[in-house]
This record gives sequence, C-alpha cells and structure tokens, in this order.
Amino acid sequence: MIALPFEAVTAVLVIPIVAAAVLAALPGYRAAARINVLASFLTFLAAASLFVTDRPETGQYLFVDDLNIVFIVLNTFVGFTASLFSASYIAHELETGRLTSANLRFYHAMYQVMMFGMNLAFVANNIGLMWVAVELATLTTVLMVGIYRTHEALEAAWKYFLLGSVGIAFALFGTILVYLAARPFIGEGHDAMVWTLLVEHAAAFDPALLNLAFIFLILGYGTKVGLAPLHAWLPDAHAEGPTPISAVLSGLLLNVALYAVLRFKILLAANPEAIGPGPLMMTMGLTSLIFAAFMLYRRRDIKRLFAYSSIEHMGIIVFAFGLGGPLANFAGLLHMVMHSLTKSAIFYAVGHVAQIKGTQKLSEIRGLTETHPGLGWGLLIGVIAIAGMPPLGIFMSEFLIVSSTFAVHPLLAIPLVFGLLVAFGALLMRLTSIAFGEPTGNTAPVQASYLPMYAHLALVFGAGLYLPSALVGWFQNIAGILG
Amino acid sequence: MYGNLSFDIAHLLAGGLVLVSFMMLYQDRLYALINTYALHALVLSLSVAWQALVQHAPHLFVTAAIALGFKAIVIPVALHRIVKRLGIHRDIETVVGIGPTMLAGMGLVALSMVVILRITPDADPLAREDLAFALSVLLLGLLVMVTRRNAVSQVIGFMALENGLILAATGARGMPLVVEISVAFSVVIAFIVIGIFLFRIRERFDTVDVGALDEFRGERQ
Repeated sequence: MIALPFEAVTAVLVIPIVAAAVLAALPGYRAAARINVLASFLTFLAAASLFVTDRPETGQYLFVDDLNIVFIVLNTFVGFTASLFSASYIAHELETGRLTSANLRFYHAMYQVMMFGMNLAFVANNIGLMWVAVELATLTTVLMVGIYRTHEALEAAWKYFLLGSVGIAFALFGTILVYLAARPFIGEGHDAMVWTLLVEHAAAFDPALLNLAFIFLILGYGTKVGLAPLHAWLPDAHAEGPTPISAVLSGLLLNVALYAVLRFKILLAANPEAIGPGPLMMTMGLTSLIFAAFMLYRRRDIKRLFAYSSIEHMGIIVFAFGLGGPLANFAGLLHMVMHSLTKSAIFYAVGHVAQIKGTQKLSEIRGLTETHPGLGWGLLIGVIAIAGMPPLGIFMSEFLIVSSTFAVHPLLAIPLVFGLLVAFGALLMRLTSIAFGEPTGNTAPVQASYLPMYAHLALVFGAGLYLPSALVGWFQNIAGILG
Repeated sequence: MYGNLSFDIAHLLAGGLVLVSFMMLYQDRLYALINTYALHALVLSLSVAWQALVQHAPHLFVTAAIALGFKAIVIPVALHRIVKRLGIHRDIETVVGIGPTMLAGMGLVALSMVVILRITPDADPLAREDLAFALSVLLLGLLVMVTRRNAVSQVIGFMALENGLILAATGARGMPLVVEISVAFSVVIAFIVIGIFLFRIRERFDTVDVGALDEFRGERQ
C-alpha cells in the first residue's frame, strides 16, 4: 500500500469540478479539447490509484469499497477515451457549422460536471447525496442532448428531461421511505441515511416499508437504467445528441443508475423478512431484453439501433444480478464492463461514420470496409462483439449468464436464450449491409481517431481469451458482496 | 405539547394540498393553472412551517420560506410573463377529458391511501398519514403531467410532484437538511433547465405545445 499526499477519492471529485470551471472560462476550442482530455486522464489516474493506495476511512458522506472501485475505474477510463474521441469529433462539427465555439465551451464544461456527478454517485456513502449526484449527472446530459437545437434534439431532450425527472422523483420518494424505515433503529439525522450504517442495521427494519421503498427505487433508478417499459427516453437521447455523449450515456450513465439499484438490492438482501429483489429485477430484465431484441429489427437509424442494443444489454445485466448467486453476479459484472467498453467503441466508430456520410440512416450507410477500412473493420468487430460471438468478452459473460440460469431456473433460460438469438439475428442482418456491399455516399478518406476504439476492442478481445486471475478474484469478491 | 390540535392542523394542511392538486386537474386555462400552482405552493409552505413548529426543527422554516418565496411567488410571476410573451394564454388542450381525469385522480388517491396505510401500521400516525397524502400529491402531479400537452402545464405538473416530495421529506421526522436543500436546489436547477428549454423551443417553433414536437420524431418519415 502506498500513501499519497492527497486522497485519491478527493482527486476523483476535485479534478473534474476544477476542470469544469476552467473550461467554462476558456474561449478557444482546441485548448479546451486538450484540457478536457488531460483532466479526464488525470481523473482516470486518480481512480486507478485507488487500487494500490490506502483506502480512506469510511465517512458520513464518502466511502470506497471493492464494489465502487470497479465502477469508478471503468467510469473514468471510458470518460477518458470518450474525451479523446470527442476532441476529433468536435473539430469536425465545428467545421461543418453544426456547433459554434460558444456551444463548445458549454459542452466541455458540462462534460466535466457530468463526470463529477457520476463519480460522486459512486463514492457517495449517503443515499441522499447519491440521489443528488445522479440527478446532477442527468441534468447535465439533458443539456448536452439538446445542444444541436434541432427539432429532433429538442424533442429528445425534453422527453429525456420529463421521463428522467419522474424517475428521479420516484427514486427520492424511495429514499425517503428508506430513511423512515431506518429512523427507529439508527436514530434521527444524518446517520439514518449513511449506507454503511443502513446495511449494518437493515435486518431490524420494517420489511413492508423496505419493500415499498425498493419498488419506488427500482422504478425510479430503473427509468435511468433504461429498463422497458420505462425506456422511452433512451433511443431519442442517444440518437439526437452528439455521439461522444451517446457513448457516455450508453457506457456510463446507465451504469450509474444500475449501481444505485445494486446498492439498494444489497440493503434489501440484508433483511431476511423483505421480499427478494431478484424476481422483480429478473422480470424487468427479461422484458427489456426481449422487447429490445424485437425492436432492433425495425430500426432505420444507426444510433437508434445501438441504443436499443443498450436496452437489451442492460436487460441482460439486470437479469443476471436479479438471478443472484456468485456465478450470475460475476457474469453480470463482467457483462457490464464488457458492454461499456464495446458499446462505447461502437459509438466512436458510428460517430465518424455518421460524420462522413452526413446521415444516420442505415440504408445510406453501406460498404464501409471497402471505403473506410479502419472504421469499417472496427465497427464490424464491435458489432460481432456486441452480438455475443466468440471469442470476444461478451460471449464469455453471456455464456456464463445462460449457464448459471440453466443451473438455477432452467425454464427462465428459454426466454433468455430466445431474446439473445433474436437480437443476434437483427445485429448480424444489419452488419452485413453496413460493412459490405456496394459503397454509398461520400467515400472520401477521413481524419478519425482510431486509438480509443481499437483500445476498447483490444480489451474486449483480450478479456474473451484470458482474464487475469487478480481480476477474477476481485470480481468474485464483489459477487460475494452482492449476494 | 400541542396535543391533538397539532395533529389536526398538520392533517388539515396536508389534506388541503391534495385538494389543491385536484383543483389543478380541471383548470383549462394556463393563467388559472399557474394561480392554482401558486396556491399549492402556499399550502405547502404553511404545512412545512407547521411541521417546523411542532417538530422543533427550525431548519424546516427555511424550506417553508423557499416554498413561499420561490415557488408561490417568483415562479408563478415568471410563468405569467412567459405565457404572456409567448401568447399562449388560450385554452389548454387536455389529452384526456376532465371527467375521466378526475376519476383517475380519485383512483390514485385511493391507491396511495391503501398502500401506505396498510404497510405502516406501526409508524406514528402523523408520519404515516402525511406520507399517504404526500404520495397522493406526487401521483396527482404525475397525472397533470401526462394529461397535458402544453410544455408550461407539464412543468407545473412536475413542480406539483416535487411539492409532494417535500411534504414527504418534512413529514419524516429529523430527515437531514441535506435532503431539503437538495430538493429545493433541484427545483431551482429544474427551473433553469426548463427556462432554457422554453426559450429554445420558442426560438425554433412558434408553439410550446409538446404535441407539435411529436411531428419531428426522428424515425417517422
């Protein structure tokens, strides 16, 4: 263990907020993009140092445990690569005049505020503070989704805002109910909202109150995870905002909400009398999976296609965590990491593709491997990975989820496998037309940043072949915590 | 110290909030809806102030003051101006008729009573009935949101919903200040966001009717 002169947790929060202030004041977009990358990289380093440095003492507001380290490191890593991608993406948007430099100043500042909100949600030890952080991250993404100010972007942002705030209101009501359940046992005041204390005393809480709280919490935070039937905001928000934000939404923001659901799942599991959260989560997960799998067939817009794919995968992950047990939790965690990496890599490719072709319509994007091999093959590998083909990482996690379902609830494996196959077919059908065939549209070469995309894909490929035993041990430990 | 009277007054105010929520359901003009919202916020601030008094929790007076100053005065005045400037003081197009909306509202109140009162038999009566009223207000706010198509009235529905949350938070004895401030804060932030949105929508369309936005669905071509 190494002792640092400052606490890594503080750095994870302070760097984005300072960067946001600097970026809000900085007029030039080139310097702003670089500072954005630098700040994201420093945040990532600070987060990664949590693995090796001493853990700070568990406080009333912040804490670090095995579970949230994984989320923070994944969050800051994808945040960093997305900022790299964003730098090259944004330059093109400025050239074509879709964004002005005033927009960009706002965009970069908001990007860092969003990273702050997400990191705060992960390290918060107070359920009220966690709620505030999730709300903050949501509001910043609403603003960024609407940044193009087109009809579609405004409608998407408005819809996202309305549904998101209803969700967040339900989550707050659930939080209040948890406080009410805790008050008789922990006492009034701050302590009754501190998560670590809540878990400690959860066995004594009134189970009926906890049950009701969990229903509100899963409806509230579940809206933000994008679970069907509460997903309506998600495809629009992904399709109409800038692509770096689509990548961050899919790869990160959904995870933040999922993390909140998991925290409360642990709380409920600590009370023997309360309902098992599993069946509720499994039902919502399976519904999302099957619904999204069928919706994949009728998409005409490339970003919407992958947005529905995100709903599908969040469904799988929630199903896995709902199933519970060491193996399914392990698989769920792995699937979440793999999905974040793969989906953001796909959006990095899609962003450049949509810029070259000047459209997001699937029918006008063809033959990419011929005209733009770098992007075309990257997208091809990404889609193969997300569809769940071996030997990539998602295949492994899906395989683990399916096999653990067979072991526990064999009947549930039927709809699960059915959903997976339906989605697989849809993605493969689209893939052939995007990657091969007669090239259409603009075929001019492109200035693209391949590094973030291929780095993610390499990680996913590597994880499919070999998982380091340290990582496996870590995940197994978390799977134990999740119960 | 205040005995039965404190209970009755708290009950009266929370019940009054539910009543004002019902009044919102049948307002078919924007100005009237905004005024009803102001009344809603006023009743909320009285209710919060009463809780502050009986719980000996002076920090709740801050929440009451925010509800009175910001929600009952500043926001309604600002909304009046926006409505005037946008020239949309005509009838509200309700998606569902007033009759079915009122029936749905009664159903929602009954639902929240049944749910809350049944699962909290051991909690102290003030807290549980406050909570049941709060859930009713929350659900009625949601109902306003889904039955209106106009952006301004949806925002009002959302703010009514947040009032329900504050009622719940103040009814929970000793709930940390953090939460109250954050709730108030979220309203401020929400309002900023909405303000920006309204202006942007105004910039591009000549209507703030969200129904008009439906035409621009990305995929419906």
